[in-house]
Amino acid sequence: MTDSVIAITVVWGFIFIYALMGTMDFGAGFWSMVYINRDKTNATNIANTYLSPTWEVTNVFIVAIVVALFSFFPGATFTLGTVLLIPGSIILLLLALRSGFLVFANYTKGYRHQKALTYISGISGVLIPAFLICVLPISQGGFIDTIDGNQKLNLIKVFTSPNVYAFIGFAVSSSLFLSSLLLADYSKSSDELRAYDIYRRDALITGPLSLIMAALIMVTMRNEANWLFSNMMDFNWALFASVAMFVVAGVALIIPYKGQKGMPRLAVVAVLLQYFFASYAYGRGHLPYIVYPEVTIETGFTHPNAFRALFISYIVGFAILFPGFYYFWRLFMKQNKEYVKKKPY
Amino acid sequence: MDHLVTARSMFGMTMGVHIIFATLGVGIPLMILLAELLYQKTKDTDYELMAKRWTKAQAILLGVAIPTGTIAGVQLALLWPGFMEVVGKVMSLPFQIEIYAFFIEALFLSIYVYAADRISRKMRIISLILVALGALGSAVLITNVHAFEGTPAGFRIENGEIVDVDPWAAFFNPSFFVTAGHVAVSAYMTGAFIIASIAAYKMLRTRKKDPRLYKFHHKALMMGLVVGLIFSFLTALNGHESAQLLHEYQPEKLAAAEGLFETQSYAPLAIGGFTDRESQEVKWGIEIPWALSFLANDRFDTVVVGLNDFPEDYWPPLFVHTLFNAMVGIGSMLILLSMIGVVWYKFLKKKTFPKPLMWAFVLAGPLSMASIEFGWIFACTGRQPWVIYRIMRTSESVTTSANLGFLFTLFLLIYIVLMAAVALVLIYYFKRNPLSKELAAHAEQ
Ligand code: HDD
Ligand code: HEM
Ligand code: HEM
Repeated sequence: MTDSVIAITVVWGFIFIYALMGTMDFGAGFWSMVYINRDKTNATNIANTYLSPTWEVTNVFIVAIVVALFSFFPGATFTLGTVLLIPGSIILLLLALRSGFLVFANYTKGYRHQKALTYISGISGVLIPAFLICVLPISQGGFIDTIDGNQKLNLIKVFTSPNVYAFIGFAVSSSLFLSSLLLADYSKSSDELRAYDIYRRDALITGPLSLIMAALIMVTMRNEANWLFSNMMDFNWALFASVAMFVVAGVALIIPYKGQKGMPRLAVVAVLLQYFFASYAYGRGHLPYIVYPEVTIETGFTHPNAFRALFISYIVGFAILFPGFYYFWRLFMKQNKEYVKKKPY
Repeated sequence: MDHLVTARSMFGMTMGVHIIFATLGVGIPLMILLAELLYQKTKDTDYELMAKRWTKAQAILLGVAIPTGTIAGVQLALLWPGFMEVVGKVMSLPFQIEIYAFFIEALFLSIYVYAADRISRKMRIISLILVALGALGSAVLITNVHAFEGTPAGFRIENGEIVDVDPWAAFFNPSFFVTAGHVAVSAYMTGAFIIASIAAYKMLRTRKKDPRLYKFHHKALMMGLVVGLIFSFLTALNGHESAQLLHEYQPEKLAAAEGLFETQSYAPLAIGGFTDRESQEVKWGIEIPWALSFLANDRFDTVVVGLNDFPEDYWPPLFVHTLFNAMVGIGSMLILLSMIGVVWYKFLKKKTFPKPLMWAFVLAGPLSMASIEFGWIFACTGRQPWVIYRIMRTSESVTTSANLGFLFTLFLLIYIVLMAAVALVLIYYFKRNPLSKELAAHAEQ
């Protein structure tokens, strides 16, 4: 592996982690809004107990992506920064609304407008993945005009592209799918069986939806970014593996196990693998371009001395952080039975 | 508005909002930690309750601190892509390491807030220490990027190419320690005075009504004043060093800060007033002979370079003189104020403070925060026209995208909404969970 491939792998890794954690986070916010009036099922409570301690940690990953991008690929910064000014700003505005009101809603229990706060954060939350994912089709080329040597995003083209809409549909359905699946597992391991039934049902509805959207992405990509489509077909084994994992997850949710419906833990693992394989095919197919066809991982790469220093800092940093992550996971994900029983605050 | 001016205003606005919450994010965790430690030492449950209530406030503040910080980080790349390209090649280490600091802070703050009742006392203290270290780390590291902009190091530009990159030399650039130190101690000072302000205000409100509440707030006030005294003193000491650093590395910034036009030894220090470009003097100010030379390098015969020695194109905006004076003035007054407060209580053994003094305490926190804003606007605006001193102009680094005016309006609106909401939520939360109720609940345990 060359240095630039190592670097783009790190960036890909962050994007993958954020894609999962972020969709679960935004989706959970959405479910906590949807079930706000059903006190008996505890579904909103489950979503909130998952969200409260995690959203801050999840948010750091989006910052980590931005930092990894401009520190490993400063040559891409000018193009990305210029082109993404408008979509990036929209994402930031939504993110501000969402995070702010998530916290505000949590601390205003009993306030008559508390529901309004929850709605603001829930709705802005599902819009974020919709806008975030637009970065992918934009990076596939065809949306950037160069006028007088200045690059400019052609917004009209972006919002009339079927491929962009397929991505948006995929982002929203995936958020709902991944989060309902995770919350299903989370409620089951906390013995909240009513909430489990609800989230299991939601996952069974949104799962197939997200798969259809993924297929639509491929169909529309064939017209709009044929280079990427044919590259991805070179890794079609990964795409097949991805679909296979989806089927495993589906089966795991349906078959009875120990007198109850489904094995959500197995389904979660299978779906993580499903997204892993699909992201691998997409990422490999995208190489060597960061933004097609202007910027590649070679032309954008940082100074070798900077790369070396950064790489060492990554290894040392994550070695130090790892016990922290483990401790966090154990407190909030593993020992969640006693944790969920306690009402937050 | 002009494109560049809009971009600068937009970034300045974002930072001006973020810095309020970021400063509290550094300062309040230290106060929480101190309260927890005091509780361990004295077994006085009032301190435990203080830690609890301040933690709630901090958790609410986070709702704005984190999104505005995220905006700052992304906006840096969106608005100043030319600058971030250089930073990416040369100065990315602090950003990278800052991510680890963010993680530490986020992980352990969540643990402290949401798992407090499931972890041991020792683990709570450790979590708090890690939160405080994470916050301090993020402040110090990002400030390092600011330091690098003023005293760039670790690379050369040859025919437009960046060569000889040494990321660690860039990291340990000449002003790193002094600047980062100044930001750290001024944040601790501000956190302490904000606590003191609130406590003083509550004491004015509860006086006579309830001695129990009064005593509680009195303890918080004294904590704020003692910590504030220590750190305001350190801030001034360190600020003096910052000024000497300017004398050495960015003389035109010091000249603009002091409104000095002619290069001279035995230079006078102008306090207050406004710099007038036409007559080349500070109007309405008080002059202290020789003092500026002494400040700049500890000797009265130090030659201080004036603005006229630089092309006018290099001059920072002259209003920075006023900002600089306001920062230094507030800093000096707060040292005095907290000293009076501590002497009054500890050494004169008076149980109550006179009313005017109480109102002065109420003002201490807001003034300290204003000082932070003045200091930053001075530091960033005083660097103009450079984004990297003598290497890259701000105008060369700005984005080429249009439509900034519209985005500016949107961000302005969102900041107004967030600031108003956070204020209302804080008021609502503490109205619903008043101290009297929590004290009673605490007593029953
Ligand atoms: C509570 C806030 C506060 C207080 C009371 C002071 N400062 Fe300050 N000052 C800051 C908060 C601050 C700051 C917000 O933290 C700055 C902005 C940029 C920086 O590095 O620190 C700053 C910058 C700053 C700079 C510019 C550094 C640069 O441009 O690189 C100088 C020369 C001083 N300060 C000097 C002083 C002196 C002599 C003070 C005497 C009491 C003082 N400051 C009090
Ligand atoms: C350590 C953190 C900071 C960094 C790295 C930083 C960096 C920058 C950069 C790159 C610019 C744009 C280019 C330029 O105008 O030179 C800028 C401008 C500006 N920043 Fe900072 N900044 C920091 C903190 C702050 C804070 C806390 C404030 C609070 C008020 C602030 C206020 C401003 C203002 C007002 C401008 C516009 C200056 C002008 O154009 O006159 N900055 N800063
Ligand atoms: C001297 C000025 C600054 C100080 C003291 C400071 C400090 C902090 C602190 C303490 C936090 C954590 C908030 C909390 O948990 O309470 C924070 C958040 C953040 N800051 Fe700043 N910051 C400064 C300037 C900047 C600048 C210039 C940037 C942009 C490059 C930035 C980027 C961020 C980001 C991205 C976050 C959110 C991190 C997350 O998602 O958890 N900060 N800052």
